[in-house]
Amino acid sequence: MGNGTSIGRVRGLGSSHQGTHHWLLSRLTAVGNLVLIPFLLVSLALMPSHDYATVHAWLSKPVPSTALVLILINTFYHARLGVQVMLEDYIHEEGGKVVAWLLVNIVPFAGAAFGIISVIRIALGGA
Amino acid sequence: MAQARSNRPLSPHLQIWRWGPAMLVSILHRVTGNGLAFAGLGLLLWWVGAIASGPESYQTFLDWVWLGTGGGLQVVTALLGKVVLVGLTWAFFQHAASGIRHLVLDIGAGYELETNARWSTLTLVFSVLATILFWAFVLLR
Repeated sequence: MGNGTSIGRVRGLGSSHQGTHHWLLSRLTAVGNLVLIPFLLVSLALMPSHDYATVHAWLSKPVPSTALVLILINTFYHARLGVQVMLEDYIHEEGGKVVAWLLVNIVPFAGAAFGIISVIRIALGGA
Repeated sequence: MAQARSNRPLSPHLQIWRWGPAMLVSILHRVTGNGLAFAGLGLLLWWVGAIASGPESYQTFLDWVWLGTGGGLQVVTALLGKVVLVGLTWAFFQHAASGIRHLVLDIGAGYELETNARWSTLTLVFSVLATILFWAFVLLR
C-alpha cells in the first residue's frame, strides 16, 4: 500500500477500487462450500438407489432442497470469482477482456437461476 | 510487452525451476477449480434440471451419463461420464484440501519450506485416498 495518493491509501481500495472484497468473498464462499458439498456427497452416497423416485423424493424434502439452493448460490458465486481470476491471468487482448467480462457476469447468474428454479419446482411439487 | 526484444535476461519461467509439490498443488488448484466450475456445475445443472423435468428427462440423463442403455454413442458417453464423475470427485477433494491449505496460508502460517512441501504433498495424498474411499463406498456397499 506504499503507492497512490493519500486519500487512496485511506480508502484502501487499491487500483481495482474494490479493496479485498473479491478476495474475502472467495474465502467466505469457500468455507460455505466446505460444509455444503460434503453434505451433498454424503447424501448421494447414502441413497439406497439413484432412480428417479428416490432422488426426487430426497430433493423435495425441506433440508435437501434448501441445501441445494444454497449450493447453487454458493458454488456459482465461488466459481464466478475463480474463473474471473483465471481469465484475468490469461486474456490480455481488449476484445477478449470484454467477452470474458460479459461471460463471467452473465453465465453464472443464468446457471444458478436455472438450478434454483428447478429445485423450487421439485420442492413445491411441480414435478 | 510489445516492445522490441533485447538481449536483457528474461525472468525465469516454469521450465527453469525444479518442480516441487507446492508448484504442482498450486496449478492443480486452478485446474481442478475450473474443471469443477465448468464440468461440475454443468453436470449439476443437467442433473437438477432433469429431475425437475420429470422421469423421462431423468432417465435420459442417466442413460447418457452412466447407464448407456440406448447403445451406440451412449455407450461411449456413459463411459466418459463415469470417468468425469470420478474425476470431479477427485477434483473436489483436491480443490477442498488445497483450499484449506490456502486458508492456513492466509493467516500467515505454513510458509517454512519443509512444512509447505509436506502439506502440499498431503493434499495430493488426501484427494486420491478420499476419491478411492468415496467410490468404494458408493459402488461396493
